[in-house]
Amino acid sequence: MNFQLTEERQMLQDSLRRFLSDRYSVALHNDTLSSPLGYSATIWQQLAELGMIGALLAPEVGGYGGAGFDISTVFEELGRAGVVEPVLDCAVLCGSLLAGLDGAPTAREQKLLDQLIAGEQQLAFAHGEPSSRYERCWVETRAVAEGDEVVLTGRKSVVINAEAADQLIVSARETGAAGDRDGLSLFLIDPAIAGVRLRGSALMAGGRAAEVDLDGVRLSQSTRLGTAGQAANRIETALARAEVALAAETLGAMETATRLTMDYLTTRQQFGRLIGSFQALQHRVAEMLIEVEQARSAVINAAGHLEDLPHMRDRHIAAARNLVGRTGRRIAEESIQLHGGIAMTAEYELAHIVKRIILAEHRFGDADTQLERFIDLSAA
Amino acid sequence: MDLNYSTEELAFREQVREFLKTQLPKDLSESVRIGRTLSKDDHDRWHRILHGRGWLAPTWPDTYGGCGWNAVQRHIFEEECCRAHAPRVVPFGLTMLAPVLQKFGSDVQRNHFLPKILSGEHWWCQGYSEPGAGSDLASLRTRAVRDGDHYVVNGQKTWTTLGQYANWIFCLVRTDPNAKQQEGISFLLIDMDTPGIEVRPIILLDGTHEVNEVWFTDVHVPAENLVGEENKGWTYAKYLLTHERTNIAGVGFSQAGLEAVKRLARQQMHRGRPLIENPHFAARLAQVEIDLMAMATTNLRIIAAAAEGHAPGIESSMLKVKGTEIRQEINDLARRAAGAYALPFASEAVIGDNSALAPPEGTEAVAAQYFNNRKLSIFGGSNEIQKNIIAKAALGGRA
Ligand SMILES: Cc1cc2nc3c(=O)[nH]c(=O)nc-3n(C[C@H](O)[C@H](O)[C@H](O)COP(=O)(O)OP(=O)(O)OC[C@H]3O[C@@H](n4cnc5c(N)ncnc54)[C@H](O)[C@@H]3O)c2cc1C
Ligand SMILES: Cc1cc2nc3c(=O)[nH]c(=O)nc-3n(C[C@H](O)[C@H](O)[C@H](O)COP(=O)(O)OP(=O)(O)OC[C@H]3O[C@@H](n4cnc5c(N)ncnc54)[C@H](O)[C@@H]3O)c2cc1C
Repeated sequence: MNFQLTEERQMLQDSLRRFLSDRYSVALHNDTLSSPLGYSATIWQQLAELGMIGALLAPEVGGYGGAGFDISTVFEELGRAGVVEPVLDCAVLCGSLLAGLDGAPTAREQKLLDQLIAGEQQLAFAHGEPSSRYERCWVETRAVAEGDEVVLTGRKSVVINAEAADQLIVSARETGAAGDRDGLSLFLIDPAIAGVRLRGSALMAGGRAAEVDLDGVRLSQSTRLGTAGQAANRIETALARAEVALAAETLGAMETATRLTMDYLTTRQQFGRLIGSFQALQHRVAEMLIEVEQARSAVINAAGHLEDLPHMRDRHIAAARNLVGRTGRRIAEESIQLHGGIAMTAEYELAHIVKRIILAEHRFGDADTQLERFIDLSAA
Repeated sequence: MDLNYSTEELAFREQVREFLKTQLPKDLSESVRIGRTLSKDDHDRWHRILHGRGWLAPTWPDTYGGCGWNAVQRHIFEEECCRAHAPRVVPFGLTMLAPVLQKFGSDVQRNHFLPKILSGEHWWCQGYSEPGAGSDLASLRTRAVRDGDHYVVNGQKTWTTLGQYANWIFCLVRTDPNAKQQEGISFLLIDMDTPGIEVRPIILLDGTHEVNEVWFTDVHVPAENLVGEENKGWTYAKYLLTHERTNIAGVGFSQAGLEAVKRLARQQMHRGRPLIENPHFAARLAQVEIDLMAMATTNLRIIAAAAEGHAPGIESSMLKVKGTEIRQEINDLARRAAGAYALPFASEAVIGDNSALAPPEGTEAVAAQYFNNRKLSIFGGSNEIQKNIIAKAALGGRA
């Protein structure tokens, strides 16, 4: 057994932590939250220069990491600082989709990957739909072949980073019914082409998303990524990687929330004493610390099993996401409560962190959904 | 035991329903239903409608223009208002200050202020909390120094709810810095237009402007605006708090919230079926409903006891704790039901139109409300303070 980070990952963690604690201030957050882009292009570029995007992708596609622990290391730091830049959507989701194609990426795909790693491309994965909820293969958007072309019709909901994206990776169904694994394909499309309509809005915890309407969008067959109808595996792998990232990000944010709360309890005075001297609050801090350690172990389990066979991988990921979902909610709510009114103010760092924690649960499946998934995978 | 309402009570409920059906403006109830932030004008409109019907002041004795309702009628009225998505009546003047003036104010104060509360000419806010005085309210430091026929006030209040709309503020101020904490405090009524007062917004984590800081620099307040005796303000403040904690259970809000979650969960689809049929979601929904049913009865038991003249003691603290837990759990279920649609920033929806995004109906403000309602267990005496009160009452004499 060895729970130490490798030397490379330790260096990655150190440099990322240093960079973010120097540069990623609360003021920066508040400025970017309401900006048209929803994040800072400067920070994005600097993160790429630090090699942070490359760390999330395998050497075969031009990165220098890409394993579960690379992802968890990076995202724990991003979560700790409350980073809103679309690393998850752009690098993990879209990067994994491009890198995980049947065989080696084509020259065009590899070029996209290179640009992604250099921070020169923005991508978004348009997959969720109004009635898909958190089902991975629930795709109603249709792709109908017409000669050399494919025609896409449907609606994708809450597509994060869609407006900033140079290219969208869109899932669509060529055959079968909504929940089927067979029949799914991925298409790389330019959001500016005819028939694509984006309706954007800011996200509560930072960044932006859009509803993407696809109204008879005509594409060349060559925009399809990989084999027709066979994208389910790739989608599931990309989502698994994103879920590890998200769980680690939430863990980092939970650590920050807990640290801020402990700092507060040891400075805030009421009734002539530090509120941290009230045992009613001490026990709750103790419980928070226990929960954070549990969450850390769950994230380690998930990251360590990311390269396993899908069944084993997904069982650990569902477990981690359920546990992090539950404990994250608890940490967020307890942090607010133990701070009192000040925690409710937009300007205080905690407000942003708790929003990251709570709203992370709304991606790829909340704690209840993950519980069902875990039960299904355990029964199988 | 009889769990049924009497014929008179049922008739009263019908009367209230009819009034709400005909008099509550549709746009107002729609705003309340989707959780949009109400404007000053929205509040004022509803205030005037209720005043016109004579139903504005359920807790006032009829000598002052109150409704003369008993506890059960008040409860029915609140329940129906919540069900119809009526705006919450801003409580500061009507249910907090008024009882204090009625009991401790001078005749001049009563005759001057009470009618203006009813007419809506005065919009009051509550200046209790300070940056250093939250749960420990008695440590407040805003100073009021007597200078001839005036008090000169200096200091800072915070968390002043809707202070941006108010033209009057009732404040706790320190008039004797040498007395023991609780004994040097006075209760002062201050016109917000007086020079030296500055109101600064505090933006909450859901993006709303609901609370403020209020700064006082050499503010001259006529001495006749002192309520009761100098240095006896703590007594009045505590009396006010017992009124602040009426309807603390929020049964009506929870019932309306639960209905909204159910509506949402019927629309949201999961594996091709409505989410409400999902066993895990359904189980959580059922559990909170079971809790709410029991709390509604706890609430009625306390109301019935109050109607017979028993002053609620720790029961109101119990209702505060349980009532806020239930409401917060319902808010949690609502945001869960929305799935990914909880992610967009709702400020556009909360403030006005959000058609750009066209989120499914009912999901617009669920995350914002979830975050905003974390306040329920913090203000009005935090849940920890309520538990201290309960435990002290139960064990105090013995432990
Ligand atoms: C099945 C069993 C086997 C045991 N075997 C052994 C054995 O082999 N050898 C041995 O020496 N002892 C043994 N013990 C004794 C055990 O260590 C004690 O029961 C334990 O230390 C608690 O002490 P107590 O029962 O007197 O409870 P108390 O100390 O009286 O505590 C009562 C309650 O008050 C709480 N409490 C006490 N102090 C505080 C505080 N400062 N802050 C907050 N809460 C507090 C406790 O947590 C507990 O909830 C055994 C006990 C059991 C039940
Ligand atoms: C949205 C909102 C609106 C408000 N509106 C108004 C208003 O209109 N007018 C007004 O005057 N005030 C208002 N308040 C202030 C509110 O009453 C205070 O926030 C509340 O009293 C708690 O004080 P605090 O925020 O300073 O927290 P603190 O008192 O600092 O408490 C921090 C934490 O310590 C805990 N704690 C403190 N003392 C103890 C103890 N002895 N034992 C155990 N735990 C303890 C608390 O429960 C809390 O968890 C509002 C607050 C909010 C958030």
